[in-house]
Amino acid sequence: MIHYLGRRLLGFAVSAWVAALAVFVVLDVVPGDPALLILGTEAQPDTLAALRAQMGLDRPAAERFVRWSGGLLRGDFGTSHTYNRPVASLVAERLAVTLPLALLALALAVAVGVPLGVWAAARRGGIADGMVRGFGRLGVAVPNFWIAMLLIWVFSVALGWLPAGGFPGWQAGTGPALAALILPAVALAVPEAAILVRLTRAAVLDTLREDYVRTATAKGVGRRVVLRRHVLPNALIPITTLVGLQFGFLVAGVVVVENVCTLPGLGRLLTQAIGQRDVTVVQGVVLLLAVLVMAVSALVDALHAVLDPRPRRAA
Amino acid sequence: MRRRRTSFPLVAGAVLTGALVLVALLSLAWTPYAPEAVRVVARLRPPGPDHWLGTDHFGRDVLSMLMVGARLSLGIGAASVALGLLGGVPLGLLGAARPGWWDEAAGRMADLLFAFPAVLVAILLTALNGPGAGNAVAAIALFNVAVLARVTQGAAKGVMRRDFVRASQALGRGPWGVAWVHVLPAIAGVLAVQATVLFAAAILSEAGLSYLGLGVQPPVPSWGRMLEDAQTFLTRAPLLAVFPGAAIALSVLGLSLLGDGLRDRFDPRHESEPIL
Repeated sequence: MIHYLGRRLLGFAVSAWVAALAVFVVLDVVPGDPALLILGTEAQPDTLAALRAQMGLDRPAAERFVRWSGGLLRGDFGTSHTYNRPVASLVAERLAVTLPLALLALALAVAVGVPLGVWAAARRGGIADGMVRGFGRLGVAVPNFWIAMLLIWVFSVALGWLPAGGFPGWQAGTGPALAALILPAVALAVPEAAILVRLTRAAVLDTLREDYVRTATAKGVGRRVVLRRHVLPNALIPITTLVGLQFGFLVAGVVVVENVCTLPGLGRLLTQAIGQRDVTVVQGVVLLLAVLVMAVSALVDALHAVLDPRPRRAA
Repeated sequence: MRRRRTSFPLVAGAVLTGALVLVALLSLAWTPYAPEAVRVVARLRPPGPDHWLGTDHFGRDVLSMLMVGARLSLGIGAASVALGLLGGVPLGLLGAARPGWWDEAAGRMADLLFAFPAVLVAILLTALNGPGAGNAVAAIALFNVAVLARVTQGAAKGVMRRDFVRASQALGRGPWGVAWVHVLPAIAGVLAVQATVLFAAAILSEAGLSYLGLGVQPPVPSWGRMLEDAQTFLTRAPLLAVFPGAAIALSVLGLSLLGDGLRDRFDPRHESEPIL
């Protein structure tokens, strides 16, 4: 067990390092000059040279990568030239919006998707099952940022119940802060819940066919208890895998939906940084989000090893 | 052989997708108005006999823009899936044919690519090159390469263990010959299913990217861009936000239904990945 987890952790570290290398190569080695991007094409040659020296761009690429990745390990993401602040502190500030938003969306999706999937599977072929399956099909097809717009239209513009966008900050109190997060979280949760419903239903139906379920039913265990004690724990294995796999899509959704709802999170920081040609911010935030996705996938694998002994033995 | 019952997802998916393709083709020959024709006197008109779906803030005809937008969505979807197949299938075959370190390396690479959703890649590329449709295609294609490499490798491994492949190898056919003559036809169904699902996902991604301004640039109409414009006028003309979103949802629904229908028929062991 420890051996398996150790191997997985090492794999994660290697992947994270390769991700850093990939981001570095794309932004630093591929033609294009960050200093030129910052100053614009009409910049004076000597100003350009000075900025290049200040940014360390006159050094060889390998040296720059070692310096940059060494800084990352110490939590130093460089300094943003538009905000004139360390990227790390910008990120920390924005995470206070992005992280609660993502977690809220994930919690909503799991809280709706999993029970609905189990419920539909237990009533296979009925009207309820049909409706839940319809939601599963339609929910994945609807773009989350469109849902966000429609929710703003209904709940902010027409009804005036919730703010149309922006974020008051946590210092304004939990209530107003959550009120600003709830519409985007619901918009992000709908497609996630739809995927979860489909997978949960399929996983439960698969598990219902297992011999141990038939045995439990044959010895007189009630249907509810069979579902709760025998079916759900086993169906949870593919469900956790899916939540891990889908995390990348959730991150992608957060980037877009934060822009719809003008939430000052990492996604908005990132898209604004493009307009401001702030390569340091783009580099740092993209890498951070990618590593976050990889960390979640490693975490899900580890959780798997705890829940299910089989992959441990295979490894 | 028993005749298989035509499934509902297959029919519904084929009808919706067929309609989408027809609209895109029709837009090449005819649209009610020129999609970029600006008429400020006719701005923000509600749907009516002159403009069936109304006009936007520049007085452009919404129906015409939607029709041309269909062409763009299909084009970017097709390009990103084609590039994904061109890159992912050879990678996957290589992984299946050469177990060992290459197998491991290909798996790791796919994991790495999964950590970079299309939005992040598009943002990186845009930071470098400035905005454009090419970034969107490249970003989505990269993700498609990862998925298709993994699916190809998984499905091809199963085929390569089969007796007829062993026999062909014993008779002296080289690895690429085996891959081309035996493996590829055997996994074509699974790949078709995966390509359809990825197509649906590509339309969703493209819409998100052009909403953010990371895709095709104005004045070329795109569904995501139309939604971005519509948001400013949500109070005065909410319908502007309804039509493009519905067009995206119906297109994605059609392709994902088609994928499901094809999966029942061509991928009985569910070797393709449920992206949507």
